[in-house]
Amino acid sequence: MTMRTRPRLWVSLRFCVFAFTLWSAFSITSASQQPDTHPARIISLIPATTEMLFAIGAAPQVVAVGSFDAHPPEVQSLPRVGALLDPDVERILSLKPDLVIVYGTQLDLRQQLERAGIQQFSYKHGGLAGVTATIRALGARIGRVQEAERVATDIESRLTSIRRRMAGRPRPKTVLVFGRDRMSLQGIFASGGVGFLNDMLQTAGGDNVFADVKRESVQATSELILARSPDVILELRSSIDPDQAAAERAVWDTLAAVPAVRTGRVHMLADPSLMVPGPRVAHATELIAGALHSRSRGEGGGRGDGFNAELAENAKKRFEKPFASSALKSSLRPQPTSASEGR
Amino acid sequence: MSRGIRRRFIFSTLGFAGVALAVILGAPLVGSTSIDLRRVFDSSIPVSENVDAQIFFVARLPRSLAGALVGATLASAGVIFQGLLRNPLATPFTLGISSGAALGAMLAITFGWSFAIAGITAVPLSSFAGSIGAVAIVYWLSVARQRGLSTSVLLLAGVTLNAFISALILFVQYFADFAETFRTLRWLMGDLDVSSFRPIVVALPLAVVAFAMFAMLPRALNLLSLGPDSAAARGVDIVRAQRTAFFSASLATGAAVSVGGPIGFVGIIVPHLVRLLVGSDHRIVLPASAFFGAAFLVACDTIARTIMAPVELPVGVITAVLGGPFFLWLLVRR
Repeated sequence: MTMRTRPRLWVSLRFCVFAFTLWSAFSITSASQQPDTHPARIISLIPATTEMLFAIGAAPQVVAVGSFDAHPPEVQSLPRVGALLDPDVERILSLKPDLVIVYGTQLDLRQQLERAGIQQFSYKHGGLAGVTATIRALGARIGRVQEAERVATDIESRLTSIRRRMAGRPRPKTVLVFGRDRMSLQGIFASGGVGFLNDMLQTAGGDNVFADVKRESVQATSELILARSPDVILELRSSIDPDQAAAERAVWDTLAAVPAVRTGRVHMLADPSLMVPGPRVAHATELIAGALHSRSRGEGGGRGDGFNAELAENAKKRFEKPFASSALKSSLRPQPTSASEGR
Repeated sequence: MSRGIRRRFIFSTLGFAGVALAVILGAPLVGSTSIDLRRVFDSSIPVSENVDAQIFFVARLPRSLAGALVGATLASAGVIFQGLLRNPLATPFTLGISSGAALGAMLAITFGWSFAIAGITAVPLSSFAGSIGAVAIVYWLSVARQRGLSTSVLLLAGVTLNAFISALILFVQYFADFAETFRTLRWLMGDLDVSSFRPIVVALPLAVVAFAMFAMLPRALNLLSLGPDSAAARGVDIVRAQRTAFFSASLATGAAVSVGGPIGFVGIIVPHLVRLLVGSDHRIVLPASAFFGAAFLVACDTIARTIMAPVELPVGVITAVLGGPFFLWLLVRR
C-alpha cells in the first residue's frame, strides 16, 4: 500500500511545484507586460465602457467601438467591430489596438487577444457601485486618473443628493419592467433584487417588489404581479413611439386589481440612458425618481398619462438609427481576408 | 364498431376525460400565492379590488385552459402524424411547422412588430402565419413530383425545411439586440401565461375544425398502419385520408404553437403512454390522447410555475425533462 502511495504522492508533489513555477512565471510575464506608456489605440466593445471612455476624455484614444454603441454621438463616425456575441477578431487585430475592453464572458476573444499580445480590460455589469468603480479602474488603466475621479465623484454626489431628496418620502412598491411583448402581458421581464436597475430604483426612492429574488431579471407572470401588488409599474424602454405609448400603457388595465393600475401609476419611461450602466446612470436614476414620485395626473377621474413626451422626443432624436441597421452595415462591409490579400 | 370496442371506447374516453377535467379544474387552485376561494367567488367585492379573483380569473384559469387546448391539440396531432408517416418517432414538429412558427415569432419580436388583429398581437399572428407557410411549402414539395402525397418526400422535405428555417432563425437573431435575443429564446421554451381568454377563444375554432377532421380519420389510420396497399385494397381513399390527416394535424399544431409556443415532447410522450394503456386502435387512442395531453400539459405547467416559485421555469423544460428520457427509452426499446 505504502509502496504504491509514495510514488503517487511524489508525482503530485512535483506537479504542484511545477504548477506553482508555471503560475509564478506567468504572473511575472503578465506583470512585465504592464506598459509604462498609456494605451493610445483603444477598442471598446460594450456600450457602457465606451460611454465611460468618452466621459473621462479618452475620445482621441478610441479607434473603434462595438456594434450596439450609440452614445455619445461621436461614436457614429468610428468603425464598428462586432459586439458581445460576434466580435470581429480580424478587424480588431487589423486596427492594431493596444487595449481592448472586452466583456468578461468573451473567452474566445480574450484568448485570441492574449495570443496576439494585445492588452485587455475585462468588464462585467454589476450594481451602481460597480459603475463608478469601473470608471476609476478604467481611468487608472489608461492614464486619466483625475478625469475618472471627477466623473465618478460627480456621479456619486448626484446619486447621494437623489438619495437625500428621497429620504423621508414614502417608498412606493415598484415593479421595474424592462422587456415585454408588444401590446400584451406576455413575456414580461422585470428587475430582480440585484443589478444596476435594482440599485437605481432603490436610490430613486422605490422599493423593488422583487427584491427577494436574488437575480438580475425575473420573468413576471400576471399572477406574480397581482400577488406582489405594486404601487407603481415603471416600464423602461430605450425609445418608444409617442403614439404607441398610450396604447401600451392601456395593456396593463387587464390587471385592474393592482394598486398601480387602479391609481393610474403605470409609467412608460423612454430614454436610451436607462439601459446602459455607464456614466449616465445618475441621469437615468433622476428620470426614474421623477416618474416614481410624479403625482398621478389621473387622480380624481381620468387616468394619468404618465408618459413624458419630451423624453420620448429626446430619445427619438438620439436613437434614430436602429441597432439592427448598424449591425447589418458592419457585417456586410467587405473585409479583407488573408486569402484575398494573397492573390 | 363492435360492442367490445364500443365498451372500451366509452370506458377509456370517460376515464381520460375525467382525469383531464380534474387536472384542469384543480390547477387554478394552486400557485405561487395562496388565494382564498371564498373571496374569489364573492361577487360583493368589486373586481378591481379583488386580487384573489383576478389571480384566479386572469392569471390561472386562462392559463389552465390554454394548457388544456395546447396539450390536447399537440397530443392528438402527434397521433395523427405518427399514423400518417407510419413512424412512431414522428412528432407534430417533425414536418417543420414549429420552425415556421418560430421564424414568424422571431421576426415579430426582433423587429418589434406591434400590429394586432381581433385583439391577437403580432407574435402569435406571425407565428401562425409562419406555420402555415411551412405547411404550404412541405405540401407543395410532396405533391410536386407525383399524384398523391408521398410520405417519404413529406418526411424528407419536412426535416430539410426544419434545418433551413433554423438557419434563417439564426440569421434573424443576428439582428436582435441582447434583450430581444433573450426573449426569443424564452419564446422557444413555451409559455402558457396568456393573461386573458382571448387567445384561447381565437384558437378554439381552428382546433374545433381540426378535431372534426380528426374524427374522420381513425379507421383510415388503422388500415394505413398495415401499409398503403392493403389499406387501398380495403377501400380506403389513401390520398384523401393522407391529405386530411396532414392538413388537420398541421392546422392543430399551428394553432397550438401560436398560443403556447413550441412546447416539445407532448406530441410524442402522450400518444405512446396512451397506447401502452389502451392498445393501438386509433378509434380509442385519438380521444384518449387528446384528454391525456390536456391533463399532462396542465400538470407540467403547474409544476413549472410552482416548483421554484416565485421564479418560474419554462413549461418546455418540464415536458423535456420528463419526455426526453422517455423518448430515448422508446428508441432503445424498439
